[in-house]
Amino acid sequence: MKVPLLEIRDLSVGFQAEQGILKAVDRVSLKMEEGKTFCLVGESGSGKSVTSLSVMRLIDYDGGDILSGEIFFHGEDLVRKSQEEMIKLRGYKLAMIFQEPMSALNPVFTVGDQIAEAVMLHQNKGKKEACQDAIEMLRLVGIPAPEVRARQYPHELSGGMCQRVVIAMALVCKPEVLIADEPTTALDVTVQAQILDLLRQLKAELNMAILLITHDMGVAAEVADQITVMYAGVMVEEGTVEQVFSHPYHPYTLGLLKSIPGYESKRGMDLYAIPGNIPSLAQLPQGCRFHPRCVLAQEKCRLEEPVPHDLGSGHMVKCWLSESAEMSESTAEKR
Amino acid sequence: MNAPELAKKQYLLETSGVKKYFPIKKGVLNRIAGYVQAVDGLSFGIFPGETFGLVGESGCGKSTLGRVVLNLQRATAGQVLYDGRDLTKLQMKEMRNLRRELQIIFQDPFGSLNPRLPIKDIMGEPFRVHERVNKREIDEKVIELMHLVGLDPARRNSYPHEFSGGQRQRVGIARAMALHPKFVVADEAVSALDVSVQSQIINLFMRLQRELGLTYLFISHGLNVVRHISDHVGVMYLGKLVEISLTDELYSHPLHPYTLALLSAIPQPDRAKKSQRIILQGDVPSPANPPSGCRFHPRCPYAQVLCRQEEPLLQGTGEDHRVACHFPLG
Amino acid sequence: MSGIPLGESPLAGNSLGGGNPGPESAPQVVSLGRMAWRRFLRNPFAVAGLIVLLFFVIAALFARFIAPFNPARIDLLAANLPLGSGAHILGTDELGRDIFSRLLYSSQVSLLVGFSVAFVSVFIGTLIGAVSGYFGGLIDTFFMRMVDVFNSVPLLFLNILMLAIFGSSFVLLICILAFTSWMGVARLVRGTFLQLRETQYVEAAKALGTSNWRIITYHMIRNATAPIIVNATLMIGGAILSEAALSFLGLGIQPPQTSWGQMLSNAQQYMLTDPLQAVYPGLCILVVVLAVNFIGDGIQSAIDPRRKVRRPRRRLGR
Repeated sequence: MKVPLLEIRDLSVGFQAEQGILKAVDRVSLKMEEGKTFCLVGESGSGKSVTSLSVMRLIDYDGGDILSGEIFFHGEDLVRKSQEEMIKLRGYKLAMIFQEPMSALNPVFTVGDQIAEAVMLHQNKGKKEACQDAIEMLRLVGIPAPEVRARQYPHELSGGMCQRVVIAMALVCKPEVLIADEPTTALDVTVQAQILDLLRQLKAELNMAILLITHDMGVAAEVADQITVMYAGVMVEEGTVEQVFSHPYHPYTLGLLKSIPGYESKRGMDLYAIPGNIPSLAQLPQGCRFHPRCVLAQEKCRLEEPVPHDLGSGHMVKCWLSESAEMSESTAEKR
Repeated sequence: MNAPELAKKQYLLETSGVKKYFPIKKGVLNRIAGYVQAVDGLSFGIFPGETFGLVGESGCGKSTLGRVVLNLQRATAGQVLYDGRDLTKLQMKEMRNLRRELQIIFQDPFGSLNPRLPIKDIMGEPFRVHERVNKREIDEKVIELMHLVGLDPARRNSYPHEFSGGQRQRVGIARAMALHPKFVVADEAVSALDVSVQSQIINLFMRLQRELGLTYLFISHGLNVVRHISDHVGVMYLGKLVEISLTDELYSHPLHPYTLALLSAIPQPDRAKKSQRIILQGDVPSPANPPSGCRFHPRCPYAQVLCRQEEPLLQGTGEDHRVACHFPLG
Repeated sequence: MSGIPLGESPLAGNSLGGGNPGPESAPQVVSLGRMAWRRFLRNPFAVAGLIVLLFFVIAALFARFIAPFNPARIDLLAANLPLGSGAHILGTDELGRDIFSRLLYSSQVSLLVGFSVAFVSVFIGTLIGAVSGYFGGLIDTFFMRMVDVFNSVPLLFLNILMLAIFGSSFVLLICILAFTSWMGVARLVRGTFLQLRETQYVEAAKALGTSNWRIITYHMIRNATAPIIVNATLMIGGAILSEAALSFLGLGIQPPQTSWGQMLSNAQQYMLTDPLQAVYPGLCILVVVLAVNFIGDGIQSAIDPRRKVRRPRRRLGR
């Protein structure tokens, strides 16, 4: 088997709070390859953003601590690297784009200069050459008249344009891994469609691996090759996009899909709703973290945390029900 | 409700030619340099007991329209008829009394509740403003409200920050429902919520409508949500209504190219339902300087010379289906 | 919706839907005020300031019982006694008045002036700032230009002029000091109100038909209290200094009443022969003003929610 480009092994991340250490991410594992898109899907508090920030080791600045686990990038453990070493990787081999394109850009510099900055920092090029690269990159992300746009300031561009600039900035050094944390959440649907399309194109052109963080099952289904569903800091289901969307197994994944208006419910009828609220990290339930909201919960779910179970060809699910055949029939019925 | 039945009824709320312009001020002397045409001449009606969904992208003026309709912002021109009365012409006092019947629910479950007040005071405020009631009566009514929206009355002394987003939104809904309004504007009321909580709140909206006979103007950029909850849907683009119809009709036979693009852009989780995606070029222009003719023409794949020169009017093409396009899709 | 568990949201979000534990059984829910108080207590400067201020307040309140002598009693036989002369712990001045007793009674006057001026000017400033910020438009322009005018006048001379015209009384002193120091608060409250005016809960209150007056006094003021309290605290120090300055110039507190400023004024004639006479009241002013400023800064950082750790920390384990 091929060595994965980026591999997260049993990553746990905690935050210091008054109540003690809160685990935002609990033993998450991921393998990413070139030219593929990986999606982390989950609601707020699921730990998806914390996972991505940990890969960049930006979590240190947000008051988080990597408690255990490894993050291998080209066989080197990022967790053991110092911040100084990470600075050399960030924005070069590992790039990241965030939700708010406007706040990711510095308002007092032209967008061209901001993109060129990254080139000069990491690739030892002169100002002139760097600016040329910046314009080339702006062209690649589909900005018309890039020579003109490069000399403009962020406030002169629309939200969609800004997100394109942010993407150009992230990609100008041709990173091997791009982490996109809710890159389209702040954008309108029509612009979102443009940006998702762009990401898909660029992934093929630059042969990079994308780690996309989103709360939108629809977005995940559109762009992902591999999907990991997270809930309250743990992975609950993992598989190819085909496996997860066509044969969702975990009651949470299923619930998420069914909650989407128009997925299965008729107009005006009550929507399927997962009962209860997302638990806070300070008060995580015992056993399976989803059990208080799960309609199929058994005694065992209340007591013991489920172990990952392979349903075949990499479709992993963390649910006790997957272990017994009869249970899986009843889930099938619910489906 | 089917169409002929609706047609016989009177509108509960009707706007005709409503405009809302915001002046752009410049320089030291606050000279007015132009206007943002947030809402530019809208005419539509909402039947009692129905949900009218209003969709559009950010900056299209849908939130401004929601506020103009409630007279929270005074219309620059045009009429807003509620129950036969023109809200834009009412005296302050009359309007204040009418506020009992007209309510609004906001998007942000964090920003719409006063962080320094316990939720019982937030939900009790409508009674204190409009009714002469003593403390004990308010307390009883608050408990009743909390039951109505599915909150635990034992937590009425807690402050907003102690609740999750979904619960906070329930508090906001309870506040709006306190005086038994007739007409409620829901401005992106479920957009900021997590998927699993969003469906709970949508169900709550529909249950309250059934139980209290409410009429909603449901404003959202979430096309799936609007489709689920609405009887009629209007699509806005740059301050104009471009299409308006019964929900199923609009979603199955969109006539305006913008509506079609919008619908095709919805990310589909159901892989079987995937449709051909139409990716629009460019961005939404600024409402301070809208394009000539049809405002959508610079992004429209089917635009012709006429579209650049002449503005299309919202015209009926069939039963209960109106579109503002020179060359509607067929 | 990012999943970063910072701030309050994920931690405060309480367990599950309907069957929630009541507020009594819900653990970890800490009110904002108590959290601020805890942060305040962790600030050593602020706590020291609070202790010092409390010490002076208690001394002032019980001056009558603590003071060994009547501060106005003249005893020419015991004039100019040095430090540690029997019952006169800190000695006496040129008229034989007990310096320690005078300091105690002075603290009454200085603190009362400080607190009253802060209160009155905060009241005026809040009212004007709130009205300006809430209504905006011409009202705002009018009041803000008024603030500009007040800020352009040399206030010390205005104070001197007014005291010279109207004479010096205790109440008048407070009024005049307050009259010339409300502008900062007005500006601050106006700024806060301009922001609050745009919040959705204020819009929600309007949508309910709440009157403007109630929106200002019930919904908005309580969200502006934090900066107002900070400002009021800092203003106490300023008022004490102003009073001292005016009294030093002989325009503030008049004998037989006494204040630290007046004691300083008295002591300046004997600067060469008995400099300690000036040191005591000067030290009192310095310490109290410093204490008040520490408290103000302490409150400021305790209630500012944007305080956030922004540095990489040592990792646990490993």
